[in-house]
Amino acid sequence: MAAPQQDSKFIELKPFTDEMIVSMGPQHPSTHGVLRLELKLDGEIVRDAIPHIGYLHRCFEKHSENLSYQQIIPFTDRMDYIAAMNMNWGFCLAVEELMAAEEGKFPGVPERGEYLRILIGELNRIGSHLLSFGTYGMDIGAFTPFLYAFRDREKILLLFEKICGARLTYNYIRVGGVSRDTPPGFMDEVKEFIDYFEPQIDLYNSLLTANRIFIERTANVAVMDTEMAINYGITGPNLRGAGLQWDLRKDEPYSIYDRFDFDVPVGRDIPEVGVVAGDCWNRYKVRMDEMKESVRIIRQILDSGLPDGPVQAELKAVRPPKGEIFHRSEAPRGELGFYIISDGTPKPVRVKAKSPCFTALSALQELSRGLMVADIIAIIGSIDIVMGEVDR
Amino acid sequence: MPLSLQTENLHQFFVQSSESWAQRFVQEHAPVLTHLPAPLGELLIMLACCVIFVAVVPLLPLGLVLAERKVSAHIQDRVGPMRVGPHGILQTLADGVKLIFKEDHIPREGDKFLFVVSPYIIFACSFAVFAAIPFGQSILVSELNIGIFYIMAISSVIVMGVIMAGWASNSKWSLLGAMRSAAQIVSYEIPIGLCILTVVMLAQSLNMQEIVKGQDGIGNWLIFRTPFTFIAFFVFFVSAIAEVNRTPFDLPEAESELVAGFHTEYSGMRFALFFIAEYANMFAVSAIAVTLFLGGWHGIVPTEMLPESGILGFVLRAITLSGLLGVVIKTLFLVFVMMWIRWTLPRLRVDQLMNLCWKYFIPISFFNILGVGIWGLIFPKDSLLSIIISIVAIILGLIFTFGVLGKSLSKGPEPPPNSAERRVSATT
Amino acid sequence: MTPQEIYENLKDKFEESIVSFEEDVADPFIVIATESIADVAQHLAEDEGLAFDFLMCLSGVDLGAKDSNFYVVYHLYSMTHRHKLVLKLVLPKEEEPHVSTVEHIWRTANWHEREAYDLFGVIFDGHSDLRRILLPDDWEGYPMRKDYTEPEFYRGMRVPY
Repeated sequence: MAAPQQDSKFIELKPFTDEMIVSMGPQHPSTHGVLRLELKLDGEIVRDAIPHIGYLHRCFEKHSENLSYQQIIPFTDRMDYIAAMNMNWGFCLAVEELMAAEEGKFPGVPERGEYLRILIGELNRIGSHLLSFGTYGMDIGAFTPFLYAFRDREKILLLFEKICGARLTYNYIRVGGVSRDTPPGFMDEVKEFIDYFEPQIDLYNSLLTANRIFIERTANVAVMDTEMAINYGITGPNLRGAGLQWDLRKDEPYSIYDRFDFDVPVGRDIPEVGVVAGDCWNRYKVRMDEMKESVRIIRQILDSGLPDGPVQAELKAVRPPKGEIFHRSEAPRGELGFYIISDGTPKPVRVKAKSPCFTALSALQELSRGLMVADIIAIIGSIDIVMGEVDR
Repeated sequence: MPLSLQTENLHQFFVQSSESWAQRFVQEHAPVLTHLPAPLGELLIMLACCVIFVAVVPLLPLGLVLAERKVSAHIQDRVGPMRVGPHGILQTLADGVKLIFKEDHIPREGDKFLFVVSPYIIFACSFAVFAAIPFGQSILVSELNIGIFYIMAISSVIVMGVIMAGWASNSKWSLLGAMRSAAQIVSYEIPIGLCILTVVMLAQSLNMQEIVKGQDGIGNWLIFRTPFTFIAFFVFFVSAIAEVNRTPFDLPEAESELVAGFHTEYSGMRFALFFIAEYANMFAVSAIAVTLFLGGWHGIVPTEMLPESGILGFVLRAITLSGLLGVVIKTLFLVFVMMWIRWTLPRLRVDQLMNLCWKYFIPISFFNILGVGIWGLIFPKDSLLSIIISIVAIILGLIFTFGVLGKSLSKGPEPPPNSAERRVSATT
Repeated sequence: MTPQEIYENLKDKFEESIVSFEEDVADPFIVIATESIADVAQHLAEDEGLAFDFLMCLSGVDLGAKDSNFYVVYHLYSMTHRHKLVLKLVLPKEEEPHVSTVEHIWRTANWHEREAYDLFGVIFDGHSDLRRILLPDDWEGYPMRKDYTEPEFYRGMRVPY
């Protein structure tokens, strides 16, 4: 299959060279975890890149079949450990919807719980995108953005530590609400962080996004058009980077996202600098813009203030009726789907997690053909995978 | 007879026959030694110089590594090493001790001999370069007639060491790094050579001391002598960054791509040698840039205007960037710029790296040579007029570059249309 | 389109391959005959009114000893019309489960089918690269089946700990 890129800038070598097979990973600095790529190299040019996954497979689905619904939530933390709140949330939404199928089984999440979920979810989205921004800079060779990103992510983690006691695996969002209320003064600290953080995004844009070398490295590299993205089941910032305005928070609003005003940033062509919708630069830029949108949502929560009331619905037991549900929610890396089959017992019969990184990674092979070794790194960084979620 | 004539020529070719710098040094600074048999005194001075260099030069990387860590730390909003010694100044020493005691690992399937030898080749070459760099009127190990030529030759041997290291490691990442390095260093030597050529055309000598001697006072610094050498300086400096494999041209050891490039398999002291050599190289190319373009040990003020000796003279020389301290200050500034660039910019891709060299730097360098030649025809001797014209041309060029080209270059992509108006008043 | 309309549309074309249609659940689903999945999928993807261009999820299901079937479940979505559909295949446990692949219609199915093969042992005929994906290549058995017992040793390492 022909490489999807416009190939004018890639050098064709004479045919008496030999292919070299290089194993990139599972211990490699920039495969974002334990991804292994089998590279077939012709000099610097990648003829084929075959991803091998499963090094972090922890049998999430098998475990889930032997645990009660509440006990599964900590396991979802370990899927996308960068955005564990959103993982909790996605699972709880699915269970709640399954319970709601039977009349009177699920009273609904209280207002305050919904607001807290959105606040925490968006903060975690910022944290996740910050990490993606930082590591992407490092993949491209700029070390400094990484430390800036971690400096700011640290502030988010401190907020999370205050609200749930954990810094990475939160187990905070539960079926029916959230596990505990805010500590005193929490909202002021969120405001302080947001006030500090919002101008930082522009700083990062000037540091990396508009950098000439960065644009040269990422613009028009590994272009994925919307048709290809949808066919590969790619969602989230990668799909939006391809130019399709698609965001579950907007298009199929769950929770109370329909009450908030925010935009869905999409990738676009910028001919002056050679940027094409669907290239690495656009995928990266969508994340940068999404941080601004998340800030906007959080600011609306700060302006309106959290409503009073309980944070957790009164549930007798988390015991969904017989039935099945597929529910998806917008995690930072794309649409996180949970397919749950219940037989009416406290334990699910089947839980399948449809992870956005899994599908995004499956497109890597087609994206990377005919590019260079350095471009592979740029692609992996731009589709922003977390191996914990790919392997589950 | 022909043979002896040849050796004499050769001697003249390498060393100034009339009066060596060591002889001068003996006469001026150590008249006691003149009582010794003539060659012995010179030999003593030369040996002393060698000892000083061998002792001092390896310490440079120690300081530079610490400087790099501190510079990067402050660029990145952190403090860097703080534990070992006050403000962590002994950190590199501790690291060095650790590296010495580490296991020396040699890949079983690798080429053992080449693997062992290559760090020493790189190390030796990067230090041999220092022999021909003048740090003062009489502070240099060897006043070669072909000083700059010698430096070019020696520094290109480094690539041999890199290829040997990459090949001997029997690792694909190492090999890729070595191949990249070979391609890169060989390519970037061309613009470097051409830039040096422009200097040599103006200075009419390959002798480093001679090149420096013509640059008394800031107006005589070769960088400002003609508008073309001004361009040549920047081409030289950027190519030098590529030559010493630093970001944005650190492809041979690109951490995120090739793990660690050609020294992936090295550990312990051998790795430390690569590391030291890298920093020594960095200092060396900066010192060469200073010598060729920024006046060497000549400061901004002509030397006659400064007092000969005494504390006042020393301080004044340092302030006006002349003498040993002047060279060091100027060099360290260039080193700092290199670090600054490294911690700010991302890395280029291989094809972009080659594009930059072959499509931009080499044509620009040829243009410079042509320009310097024509300049030499118009102004056979340096005069106030030529310097003024040159400075005016440089200023006009800068205004053009940053005013017209700069705008289109640095504009970058605009933010998406809807993000501008939605900036909420965020400041508190 | 509502699930009912989608069902009507499918019924016109594939009268005999539709086994059943369940509407009164949270996610209405259509059970279709195993051998017709490739044709049905082709139709779903290409029909202008349906235009299911997005395969959200493909899962293997084993409901345990009570049930004598495996299931393969396709969750489809249409980005153009914003409707969704659940397709189910029923595969009897007695025989080796074979399903024809839909990889050529939705490329994302490639890895999903590999996963279902890896964990459930469902063989997708016509798949370009049917290898294990999450487990090691030499793993024995299909762990997500309910009757799976984990091996004592894997390459000399004790498995249950």
